[in-house]
Parts: sequence; C-alpha cells; structure tokens
Amino acid sequence: MTVTTPNPTPLAEAPPSSGTRLVDRVFRMRELAILAVFLVMIAVTQAGNSEFLSEQGVKDLLLNATILVLVATGQSLVVITRNVDLSVGSTLGITAFAAGDYLHGGGNPVVAVVLAVLLGVGFGLLNGLLVSLGQVPALVVTLGTLYIIRGVDSIWVGSRQITAADLPGGFVDFGSGGISAVPWLALIALAVLAATAYYLKHYGSGRELYALGSNPEAARLAGIPVRKRILAAYTVCGALAGLAGAMYLARFGNVDSGTGNGYELTVVSAVVVGGVAFTGGSGSVYGAALGGLLLTSVNSVLPALGVSSVWVLAINGVLLLLAIAVDRIVALRVAAALKKRSARRRTAPTKENAGA
Amino acid sequence: MTHPPDPGPAPVLALRDVTKSFGAVRALRGVSLELFPGEVHALAGENGAGKSTLIKTLAGVHRPDAGQVLLDGEPVVFHGPGDARDAGIAVIYQEPTLFPDLSIAENIFMGRRPRRALGRIDHKATHAATAALMKRLGVDLDPDRPARGLSIADQQIVEIAKALSFDARVLIMDEPTAALTGSEVARLFGVVRTLREQGAAVLFISHRLEEIFEICQRVTTLRDGARIAGEPLAGMTEDDLVRRMVGRDLDELYPKQDVTPGEVALSVRRLTREGVFTDVSFEVRCGEIVGLAGLVGAGRTEVARAVFGIDRWDAGEVEVDGRRLANGAPSIAMAAGLALVPEDRRAQGLVMDMSIERNIGLTGLRTTVRAGLVDRGAERSRSLDWAVKLQVKYARIADAVSTLSGGNQQKVVLAKWLATGPKVLIVDEPTRGIDVGTKAEVHRLLSQLAADGVAVLMISSDLPEILGMADRVLVMHEGRLTAEIPRSDATEETVMAAATGRAAA
Repeated sequence: MTVTTPNPTPLAEAPPSSGTRLVDRVFRMRELAILAVFLVMIAVTQAGNSEFLSEQGVKDLLLNATILVLVATGQSLVVITRNVDLSVGSTLGITAFAAGDYLHGGGNPVVAVVLAVLLGVGFGLLNGLLVSLGQVPALVVTLGTLYIIRGVDSIWVGSRQITAADLPGGFVDFGSGGISAVPWLALIALAVLAATAYYLKHYGSGRELYALGSNPEAARLAGIPVRKRILAAYTVCGALAGLAGAMYLARFGNVDSGTGNGYELTVVSAVVVGGVAFTGGSGSVYGAALGGLLLTSVNSVLPALGVSSVWVLAINGVLLLLAIAVDRIVALRVAAALKKRSARRRTAPTKENAGA
Repeated sequence: MTHPPDPGPAPVLALRDVTKSFGAVRALRGVSLELFPGEVHALAGENGAGKSTLIKTLAGVHRPDAGQVLLDGEPVVFHGPGDARDAGIAVIYQEPTLFPDLSIAENIFMGRRPRRALGRIDHKATHAATAALMKRLGVDLDPDRPARGLSIADQQIVEIAKALSFDARVLIMDEPTAALTGSEVARLFGVVRTLREQGAAVLFISHRLEEIFEICQRVTTLRDGARIAGEPLAGMTEDDLVRRMVGRDLDELYPKQDVTPGEVALSVRRLTREGVFTDVSFEVRCGEIVGLAGLVGAGRTEVARAVFGIDRWDAGEVEVDGRRLANGAPSIAMAAGLALVPEDRRAQGLVMDMSIERNIGLTGLRTTVRAGLVDRGAERSRSLDWAVKLQVKYARIADAVSTLSGGNQQKVVLAKWLATGPKVLIVDEPTRGIDVGTKAEVHRLLSQLAADGVAVLMISSDLPEILGMADRVLVMHEGRLTAEIPRSDATEETVMAAATGRAAA
C-alpha cells in the first residue's frame, strides 16, 4: 500500500540529522561538563588563594598534566578497541631510565628521546602481539607485562638513580621551559593529542578502531584486519608511553627503578573520567585529555587550598565513580531517546494505513 | 551429472565438491553449487543442514577442508571476509552485524569509505551516498544516527544498504525477511529484482517457502550437509520442496489436538506498564493454547516479560493457580510454575558458551543441588533425558550451545524450561527462524503439553501458526488488547484487522 496523502504526523519535529546532533551533543556535553568542573575548581581555588594562577602556577598545572595527557591519549586508542594496557606505568619507568642512562653517558638528547620512543614501541608490539594472537583478555596479559617490565627494570637499574646533575643542561631546561606560561612539553602533548584526534576522525583505520571495539564479531565479518589494528593501537600506546618517559626525565630529572609505579591506574582513571567507554567503541582522546587535566589539577588544587593531599586519592576515586554513573545514565537516556525516535517513525505509516 | 540447463551465462560464483568439518560434525559433504548472473537462487534445507556453513564459505569466513570456490570459473582462495567483499560478494547475515556506536553511514561504508586527499575519509560524500541509498530503499533513516537502538527490521535495512553500496555481483541473503513486515518484504523483493535485472547473482535463504517460490528461479536443497538436488523451481510445488528438505513426507504442520480447557491457570488483570502497555486482562486455562498476535512493537513481548517478573508493572495483578505473583520477581514466578521461553534465544534464552547439558540444567539447579553442590550426574541424566525427548541434534551433550544450529538451540531453550515441569508456559516466537521440520516438532510438542494440562500462551508473528495452533487468539495493538477471537472465528482478516487497530474490539 503506497501512501500518497501528505504525512499527518510531521517528522519535521525531528529534523534530518537529529540523531547525530543528539549523540554529538551528548559527547560534546560530556567533555564540556569535565571542562566546567575543571574551571569551577580552578576558580574556587583562585578565589581562596590568589597566588594559584600566577604564571608559575599555571605552568606547573600544565606541566603536571602533560605526561598524564600523553599516556592517556595512547591508552584511549587501546580502550576504544575494547582492550586495556596496564603496562604503561612500567614502560614509562623503564624508558625514562634508559633515556637518562644514555644521556648520562654523554648521548645526544634527540637520540635519547627516539630511543625512549623505540623502546616503548617494542613493549607496545609485545603487548599487541600477546593480546591479538593469544586471544587472551588484555587485562591479564598486560598485568603480566606490567610485572615483567617492572621486574626487568628493577634488575637492570638496581639501586642506581639518575638525577638532573647527570643530564645535559639543555635537556633539563627544555623540560621546564616554554613560551611564558605554556611549557614546551605541553605543546608537544597538545600536538600529539590533536594529531591523534584527527587521525581517529578522518582516517579509515581510525574509525575501524571504534568499529572493532563496538562489535568485534561484526568487525571480523566486515573484513577489518582486527589483529593488525589492535597491534597498531598497542604500538602507538607503547610509543606514547615511551615519549612520556623521555618527558618525565626532562621534567623531573630524577629517575629510579620505582618511577611510574602504579601510574597505569591513574591513566586508566583519566581515560574513564574523560568518557572513553571501557566497553569499547566510544569516547574521544580530547575527553581523555580533559580527564587527565582534571585529575592532576586536583593534586595542585588541594595544597593551594590548604587541604591535606591525603584526600587526593579519595577524590580521584569519587570522580571516577561519578563519571561512570553519569555515563551510564546518559547512555540509557540516549538509547531510550533513539528507540523512541525509531518507534515514532514506524508508527506514523501504520496510522495512515489504518485510516486509508 | 548433466551440464547446467541454462547454457548461456557462465556461473559467476560456484562451489565444487566442498567439504567442511567442525570437530566431529561434518557440516558440508562434497557440496556443489553454481550461481548465475541474473538469477535468484534459493538455498533450502532444515536447520543444521549446512546452509550457514555454505554461506560462510562463500563469504570467506570459512575455508573449505576439501573442494574449491570458483570465481568466474577460476579457483580462488578467500583469506578472509575482506577478500570476498573485494571480489564483489555481499552477505547479509541472519543476525545483523552492525556497530552500535557508529553512525548508519559509517556502518554501511566501513572498510570502503569515499576518500579525499591524503587518504582521509570524505564524510560528506559518505553521508550523501548513504542518503541516496536510503532514498533508493524508500526508508527514512538518518545516515548520521548511531545504529544503537535501531529495530531489527531497520538493522536489516542497513545491512541491505551495505550490500547495495558496492554494486555487488553476488548478493547472499541469509533469512533477510525473518524480522520484516509484509510491506518491508515487498520493498526488499523490489530491490532484489532490480539487482537481478542488473545482472547480479543472488543466493536467497528463507524458511518461508512462499517467498522462495515468489522470487527464486532455481533451488539447491541441502540435507545433513549434503546436496540433495539442484534444479529449476518452475513446475515444483511446496510439497516437493519440503519433501526434499526433510527427506520424508511432512506430517501435519499444525498438529493441534482438541482439548477441553480446565481450571484457570494464569490470570492477568488490568496489567499496565506506563508507556508500554495498558489495561491488559486475560486468562489462560489448563490445556489451552492461547495465541497472542499483533504487529511487531505492539507490546506482546513486554506483557510476557512483565507477567514473568522481568520488568515491573505499574498497575494490575497476575495470578498463577489462584496465587498472586509479586511484582518484578522471576524466581517467585518460576516457583509458582511459570516458564518463559524468550524471543531472542541467543541473548536471553541461552548461555551460548556453556554446554547443552548445563544450559538445560540451569533451571533445575534447585533439584540437582545436594549439600550445596551441583550433582553433575543428576544434571547430566536430566539434561540427556530432555535432549533426547526433544530430539536435539548434537555431537556431544558437553558441546557448547553455540555450536548448534538455530532450530536445535531453540529446542535446548524449550528443554531447559520444560524440565521445570511448568503449569503455565509462555513461548515468545517459538519458531522464528526455524525450518519446517523442526517447526512441526515444536508444534507437536506444544500441543502435547497442552493435552497434558499445561496452559500455553504463545506469542507469534507467524499468522498461520497462530491460526493453526491457538484455541483462542488475543490481539494487541499499540499496547492494548484489542480483540479476543475464538478459534472458530479466527481468520487472517479478523486477526489483522484487530492488529492494525481497524476493528472495534
């Protein structure tokens, strides 16, 4: 039965691209919400302590966030594919020491950074191969590599320590320098972040990461090279952890065998607080970066307000649970809205048929 | 064997003597099949006959153990689904395979998006191409909305658009119509005919025989993994086809026994769940099969879920054997003798990775547990007992349910619930996606249960099934019960009129 009469229930109330707009809006809102929380927190702190937003204060805030943002960006790629990399803390620690050891021996800073990144790539490849070929849950595999890398690190480093005095002056200066309040390191992290976000949105292989996190079986049937993509995600994640290791060295100048211990949990928190779904397939690296910024700023805000820093962990935990709760509620609401929209579209012709 | 009766075009895609085994199960035994351009080819066979395996072999998901896949007469080896797609083979699977988080446009063009400079995705072109496809299919779906929340029919539409999007030379459709309404099927067939006229080869699978006769020119029949026949459809009757599929004359498809209804077993009064269904009242008596008909989305499944206690109701009451059930408590409903065989057996009825034995055993844990531990022996014998009673086809009872065919999975769900010895059995789409042979078995089983005094509430979108099996037909329309029709008055017309809201209830 073809319907030729004008449609009595206008779909105009739901304009053509309302579906996207709804979802885009939600994601943008998700990121804006974190930004808002962040800004409110900063404003309150500034009101209580006018020293907080001095040039040095802003710089410290950005520097502290930089390394977390970088590692969280890499972690997001992995989490989007419905996996996780718990070894990033260990990777950061061992690459920082390797770069420091090399520089201590009189090496070139650029080569040191490349070395750290390549070492990170190596560990990323190892994780990626184990996860994609072994068909073993990533949580368990990378828990294993977390301990292995940390173990190797401990054996190799022993009780040695790299201090700023062991490093070339230029390297350390670069680590704390910048254009007025914006550190060089933050600019590098921002560039990496923007490039990753652009890649995820505009390149086929980037979208495929979302696809295989969203429905792994469908991804296989759609001919997506699932193993290759997972391997690539882990490799980039490892590389960024390596780069973060080099930056850690430049920033703090102080590395030993315990560097980066437990860092992976902060990274995963940042990613989740930033709205990257742990079940894969959704979220953005910008969100993860904002999550990182929020978590690190809690670290700076509490001392500035005279609150003991013992509260930091508890507050991070609350933020994490809050983020998950919000995501769950929003997801349910969006799903309901989308279903309703489908239902409205489907019931319209039925009514016409009945009237015809 | 004689040469193909159509000597004109050469087959674009063919299988030659293909054999494929999974463990001890031989899914395909030396099967040959030829798909010609400009022809719709039906693949017929009962569940478990090897149809899905055959499709997955053509689609590059499985590689044959022996035999060859021929593309334009040349042997090829597909290393994965991507290879088959690049060769122009599009597959629409029985279960839609979409990415819920991605937009419809992205779902359609995944892996083959329009590109701009530097290999970037051309989002605009993707959107425009998707909008054009939607227009061609005559549906109003926003290309940018995520696939999450789409109805099964809409998901199927997206799958079809995907196949259309790359002008496939070969289109393979595994039960594309199972979840579609009449008008949607007509539209789909329009598209299939256009593709055929443009020279595509189509392989079509459906359990609805009338559809096979409507759209196909040739049919290949599989039974137990072997090819029984490959022949033109012209001149064949449905009975011929069924005989080839089941290898015997089919007993009556709707073996309804006459019974005298007994006591009221299930009584639902003024049940309401806001925004879902309103003021639903009905009774089911012992020995009775009551059909619940209606269009997809009328609220039938939702009523069943509420009665069983999965969803809470806002008003009304439910009684089983005169005892009121608590709101939202499936365990109490079960204890009162209620059983629900859900619509979606994969997601709701079965634990796919668990063994047949354990799946059937799940509902019996209360009786097979001794001193806090599951008595594995008791569980196994109870499960075996039911698997045999329902003639489930399996290699070993310890095999995962996911290795079974759809019809056999459905039997396992039935076994699981029948093992509880229910007083009231609610079955939701008991034969969806099931072959005729198994369908008749399920019907006989339901009829037998009713004769034994079980009260059966059967939700079905299959009108002949409702008319053939039900003592009484309840019809729902937009969340309300619009008609109650006794068996003698139930016809396609009376039921459809009530289902579309045209009849004064």
